[in-house]
Amino acid sequence: MSPELFFQYLVAGITYGAVYAVVAIGFNIIYNSTGIINFAQGEFVMLGGMIAITFAQWLPLFWAISAAVAITMLIGALMELCCIRWLRNPGILQMLIITIGVSILLREAALHIWGEGIRSLPYFYGDAITAWTFGPVRLSPQVIWVLLACGCIVLALQAFFNRSALGREMRACAVNRTAASLCGIKTHNMVTLSFVLSAGMGAMAGCMISPITYTQYDSGASLALKGFTAAIIGGLGNSMAAVAAGLLLGILEAFSITVVPLAFQDAVAVTLLLLILFIKPHGLFGSSEAARLKAF
Amino acid sequence: MLTIKNLESGYAQLRVLKNISLHVRPGEIVTIIGANGAGKTTLVHVVAGLLRPWHGELLFQGEDITHTSPEAMATLGCVLVPEGRQVFASMNVEDNLLLGGTTLRRARGTAAVREEMENQYVRFPVLAERRKQLAGTLSGGEQQMLAMARALMARPRLVMMDEPSTGLAPLIVQEIFTIIAQLRAEGNTVLLIEQNAKAALEVADRGYVLETGKIILQGKASELLANNDVQRAYLGREQIG
Repeated sequence: MSPELFFQYLVAGITYGAVYAVVAIGFNIIYNSTGIINFAQGEFVMLGGMIAITFAQWLPLFWAISAAVAITMLIGALMELCCIRWLRNPGILQMLIITIGVSILLREAALHIWGEGIRSLPYFYGDAITAWTFGPVRLSPQVIWVLLACGCIVLALQAFFNRSALGREMRACAVNRTAASLCGIKTHNMVTLSFVLSAGMGAMAGCMISPITYTQYDSGASLALKGFTAAIIGGLGNSMAAVAAGLLLGILEAFSITVVPLAFQDAVAVTLLLLILFIKPHGLFGSSEAARLKAF
Repeated sequence: MLTIKNLESGYAQLRVLKNISLHVRPGEIVTIIGANGAGKTTLVHVVAGLLRPWHGELLFQGEDITHTSPEAMATLGCVLVPEGRQVFASMNVEDNLLLGGTTLRRARGTAAVREEMENQYVRFPVLAERRKQLAGTLSGGEQQMLAMARALMARPRLVMMDEPSTGLAPLIVQEIFTIIAQLRAEGNTVLLIEQNAKAALEVADRGYVLETGKIILQGKASELLANNDVQRAYLGREQIG
């Protein structure tokens, strides 16, 4: 492999990987507050893209994306308020099935509203063939946008969880919900907030990636699968490990086409997911000891 | 301060508490002693709002709290130091304390929380040494102190403590009870749940003896300490003569 090609694959892998990481963090935020995997996470990604594309017809790109993120956050909040909150002591299985139901509902609603057509947001800067050359690498400006946006999201989230009182309260709910409620923290609101945050992150990821991969009513599923794989590889609930895992998955996927045909690219994630679940179910960066600590 | 009238509660089909009535006056330490499974923890869980009462009435400072949520109870100034400490294990000592100050922050702002945290560090110097340490890595005694400090961060009117001495070395137990006595000296009100009946009655003003969900004895702590039945059942002393 020539060095040019190597860097080209690497950059592509990092770009996709960054998006997977953001989706994976979305999974983790909800997992931490409720103990479930939100199967509608992929639909948040799709909705973000679709709504932004619709608004982009009338609004400048920045405002279209902001509106899309805000509306998806609202949908996330509604999902929790309507489907999860009123349940008394919901079981894990019950909540899982609810999220699957909501995901089907959102997908079908999207099909109804936007049809089957494949759409995409315009490139944030330049167009599909604009490229900046850095030595051996040619970069699409969109790649820079994706990396910048994902980096900002991760840093902002890190600051939110570690510095702000609200973030601290959310972490407390994840660690020990009973103790959190005894401290006067409104745990129900923290769960709603986790849905809002993770919907917003999904929507953001959906907007960033839309110019490169296009958006369709059912495009959430594959991104959700990749994000889920990244979340599992990193160890469920561990947001920062998900970043490393997402990048790893993206890079592996990008390089896989040198070994297997392009059509098998999606199989890479599934294979990796199964391998991890068989060999190291706590994730590459999680220890079983830490998982036990969490349970208490 | 706290009045419980004819309380009944339990889990699913199991009735644990049967017709419980008790009260706690401001500034006193009241202890509830009893064996494992007598319903002591169930009782404080009902007061803290973690468990719903089936029947009966609960009043806190004259306000009806029969159907109040745990977070609302904390806001009212009634806090529980739960059994088994329940510190936020993967967070550091300082974060645990700041979280305990959630209701204080809502009422008085961040500065008041910082100030209260310094008060707790004075009360529990060992916590000040371990500010940045994860709560899960503290020793049992230190975790108990952290759980107490976290509850006190709310500047509560009533502190309920569920078995603070469980699983701790005798020296630490003594220290914990010294702190409880000190809390009363500062004007706090404490409801103390204990299996360690002797230590609890020695520090308390009044006591209730709970057996299989019923209050079978009540009175001044000194009287209970001297009571033959209490001595035989809970203090491990054989009756002479």
